[in-house]
Amino acid sequence: MNQTVTVSEQALYQYLLRLADSSLTMGQRLAEWCGHGPYLEEDVALTNVSLDAIGHAQMFYQQAAALTSNEKSADDLAFLRDAHEYRNPIITELPRGDFAYTTLKQYFIDAFNLYLFTGLQNSNNETLALSARKALMEVKYHLKRSEAWVERLALSTETAQLKIQKALDDLWFYTPELFEVDEDMQGLINAAVIPDYDEIKQNWRQLVEKHLNACELKLPESGWVATGGLAGEHSEHLGYLLAEMQFLPRAYPGCEW
Amino acid sequence: MSELKLYEVFIRAKSGLNHRHVGSLHASDAEMALLNARDVYTRRKEGVSIWVVEADKITASNPKQEHEWFDPAEDKVYRHPTFYPLDKEVENM
Repeated sequence: MNQTVTVSEQALYQYLLRLADSSLTMGQRLAEWCGHGPYLEEDVALTNVSLDAIGHAQMFYQQAAALTSNEKSADDLAFLRDAHEYRNPIITELPRGDFAYTTLKQYFIDAFNLYLFTGLQNSNNETLALSARKALMEVKYHLKRSEAWVERLALSTETAQLKIQKALDDLWFYTPELFEVDEDMQGLINAAVIPDYDEIKQNWRQLVEKHLNACELKLPESGWVATGGLAGEHSEHLGYLLAEMQFLPRAYPGCEW
Repeated sequence: MSELKLYEVFIRAKSGLNHRHVGSLHASDAEMALLNARDVYTRRKEGVSIWVVEADKITASNPKQEHEWFDPAEDKVYRHPTFYPLDKEVENM
């Protein structure tokens, strides 16, 4: 009996890291737009979303930290783990690229988060359900934004169309990884701690394909399908992202600013 | 950038109050203007409702006519309702 509890707590810990790492890497990438947005208003909007995502990460890290026996803090989890310990899907760590690339990447992740957090609201883990409810409000807005931008880029000038179609060709095969489930997650699904990922995937595909279709964008037929994040296997980009993000707390441990 | 239009933004601080002009912003169309207004002007909880209006659609008085339009009202004190005795209950009028 005791062992079962330990195993599922470990599974929950790993899952919370997946949620937190996904939000943090996405937030960090969006923060890179600060001062580089296409125009002032959009610059502010992108970094607003960035801060929302970092806020979500903080909630999930705090919950994960509460499960550790060696009194790790949320900051320890964010800043003192190396790339192979990160659990995010590769899509959230990809470089920001151009505005079309960031927009479409956000659209895919926002739509995923919509169904994920909607499902997590019903978690029998109360803290997780509460965090999801809080995050969902912001995610709905994020999705409205990215959805509107995809449409505007896809149905405007030839250059914008080319860029967003190129982004779709480059990003599409990073999306299946969002729905990957490992043995630990399957256990959490069976225990009604987290929602069924197959259902999230179906809803996501329906929503996304309908929108892309309406935007006259074409899905690429084949490509390398990303995988590995859940097991800590990442693209080379994550190392650089962490190097920049973690430099200060690693060089000056305990530093406050 | 040249495709962007200028919008004027009005925010209602809380229900019961009027929308007030808070500034302007650039956007491609009204829906994006609304989204940008939310991000630029209400990120510190400044409001509960937003209006955006394309700046071109506003018909404004001419600043050069400021004096001829508005100065004549200066000495017409009888237009203010200050000569009526008011009941105590309506002291905030």
